[in-house]
Amino acid sequence: MAQVIPAGRDLRRVIGDGDAVPDGEVDGLTEHDLLELYRSLVLLRTYDERSVVYHRQGRIGTYAIFWNHEAMQAGSVYALEDEDWIFPSYRESAIGLLRGMPARVILQWWRGHPSGWWNPADYNVASICVPIATHVPHAAGLAWGKKLRREPAVAIAYFGDGATSEGAFHEGANFAAVTGAPLVLFCNNNQWAISTPLSAQTRAEALVDKAVGYGIPGIRVDGGDVLAVYEATREAVARARTGGGPTMIEAVSYRAAPHATADDPSAYIDLARVEEEKKNECVGRYERYLERLGVLDTATAEQVRAEAADVLRQGITEAEAEPPADASLVFEHAHVDPLPSFEDELRELRGG
Amino acid sequence: MSNAGPEGAVPPAERGDGGAGLRPAGADAGQGRELTLVEAINDCFHVELGRDENVMVMGEDVGRAGGVFRATAGLRERYGPDRCFDSPLAEAGLMGAAVGLCMAGWRPICEMQYDAFSYPSLDQLITHVGRYRWRTRGKMAFPLTVRMPYGGGVRAPELHDDSPEAYYVHKPGVKVAIPSTPADAKGLLAAAIRSDDPVVVFEPKLHYRTMRGEVPEGEHVVELGKARIAREGTDVTLVAYGAMVPLCEQVADTMANECSCEVLDVRTLKPLDEDALLASAAKTGRVVIVQEAPRTAGYGAELAAVLAEKAMLDLRGPVIRVTGYDVPYPYWQIEDAYMPSVERVARGVRKLLDY
Repeated sequence: MAQVIPAGRDLRRVIGDGDAVPDGEVDGLTEHDLLELYRSLVLLRTYDERSVVYHRQGRIGTYAIFWNHEAMQAGSVYALEDEDWIFPSYRESAIGLLRGMPARVILQWWRGHPSGWWNPADYNVASICVPIATHVPHAAGLAWGKKLRREPAVAIAYFGDGATSEGAFHEGANFAAVTGAPLVLFCNNNQWAISTPLSAQTRAEALVDKAVGYGIPGIRVDGGDVLAVYEATREAVARARTGGGPTMIEAVSYRAAPHATADDPSAYIDLARVEEEKKNECVGRYERYLERLGVLDTATAEQVRAEAADVLRQGITEAEAEPPADASLVFEHAHVDPLPSFEDELRELRGG
Repeated sequence: MSNAGPEGAVPPAERGDGGAGLRPAGADAGQGRELTLVEAINDCFHVELGRDENVMVMGEDVGRAGGVFRATAGLRERYGPDRCFDSPLAEAGLMGAAVGLCMAGWRPICEMQYDAFSYPSLDQLITHVGRYRWRTRGKMAFPLTVRMPYGGGVRAPELHDDSPEAYYVHKPGVKVAIPSTPADAKGLLAAAIRSDDPVVVFEPKLHYRTMRGEVPEGEHVVELGKARIAREGTDVTLVAYGAMVPLCEQVADTMANECSCEVLDVRTLKPLDEDALLASAAKTGRVVIVQEAPRTAGYGAELAAVLAEKAMLDLRGPVIRVTGYDVPYPYWQIEDAYMPSVERVARGVRKLLDY
């Protein structure tokens, strides 16, 4: 049965504003959990901010920024088990960090080095998907395939608001619904697809309303509230794992940074609105929440930030220390049985 | 997406085209039963699903209906609805889901109901199927098979007649096979299913029911990448695949008093059996390539380029192509004007002999 929250209703939210809006809490989360979520947020934030610097220094290539998206990624991943599969888009390029993937690997991806391609089975994190929404059917297929094997794994697919206009989103969501696949469709609605605003993307009042069309439950949540995201994903994962099929989560946030390092949003965005959103960015919001709760002190916060900075320092050092890839790799890995023509082509590549 | 079903494409056997029933060369040899081409495909499915419990079939109408051409008949009853799955009408979603199924350890076979209905799935084939293993640096395999009826001559509505093989061959990371006999239809499909690489198999729907031939019982695998001499000859080589192979054999028969035609059945378009192509070209010194698809940048152009690069000194004349035209596949009342015919191929052969 569809249980869609009407579009006019407030987003699910846990973190208050320290003033008129009181703080809530999520049952079952210990102080340890709260700090782990903080570590995840800071690690992702550090990765993102350092990557923009590395790009400007010419140490990585074009980079898709995810500043102010950390709560959606950290909160949702914390609701997963290790056996659950993550299908990221490029906006979630560093989500593997939350599964123990070395920063070096992801940095190499953005450096165009072959060692930036990981084995998805090592982390249960699929390859970064570049063409919008085309990984949604993959996640549906994997989730359904696990279900057919009576394995308990759940899959989560991350995509943006623009992706909901794509056929692949529709086909994947419908496929998952029809097969009862244990899938979480996680829509990061940051309200911009490069320069196209949400209003030019859809006439739907809320993206979560699309869940009705698939006959699946939908949840609308504040994407800047890591605890609300965690709670919503926990509910969706529990339903999926117990045979209840897919759930669509619409996490509403705001892209308070350029789409990517190659983008200049001043041409199309309201910069005053961006500044407003930045004041309420998701890591600071959670920090203030933890401080109000008395869980986070300055020393701990500094230590967490220092640890994250170390991860990135080590990551870029290791990435830059790797030897350049051998050109012969262009013929590797596409086939189990290489084409016979590769022999001649390799000879040609080597100048023969 | 149209869902014309079997009534859309009139089975050739019911068209009053003589119904002679083609018999491939060597059909009497070996251990087996005589089956139609589509029966051989069905036989393959029953063997391969029985042999490996990770193999599953998915597509539109493959389960309850057993496929609009009955290629998957009996599988749902025998192996259950999970392993012979009636998919929603979503070719890209089907192919995309198959990628995920591979990641979960399955070996999915996707049926595209008709050649031209496969185009939405090209998105997934191009952006993911042919790339995903490479993305994992060879750590994950994507052993999926795509199969579909292709080609014209069946008096069907629009977009039930295409020969889209070149789109697929051009995509790195996937292999492409096209059988021309019932035995190869079984054997090449089995090889595709067992291959750890993605393989696309096009089946000549024109001959689904008109062609009968001996098909080995039980497990039967035809190795990918090996061409077949369908007919021995000495004066000219006719290179073809799929439905054009029996046509070329008819040409060889018709022209028996004028010249000796060798017919090379390519069988696997990628990887191409270059050795077989070059050996036959060296033997006869003359090559006519016959392809049902439109001419420009079709697979015949690739064959001609290989011959130009590697067989120049063996050739006594230009490589001739007899192909479909660069037009949308025509209304079926005039489709025969589009299709390479015995007469058109024979003219090509004579032109080359007179060179």
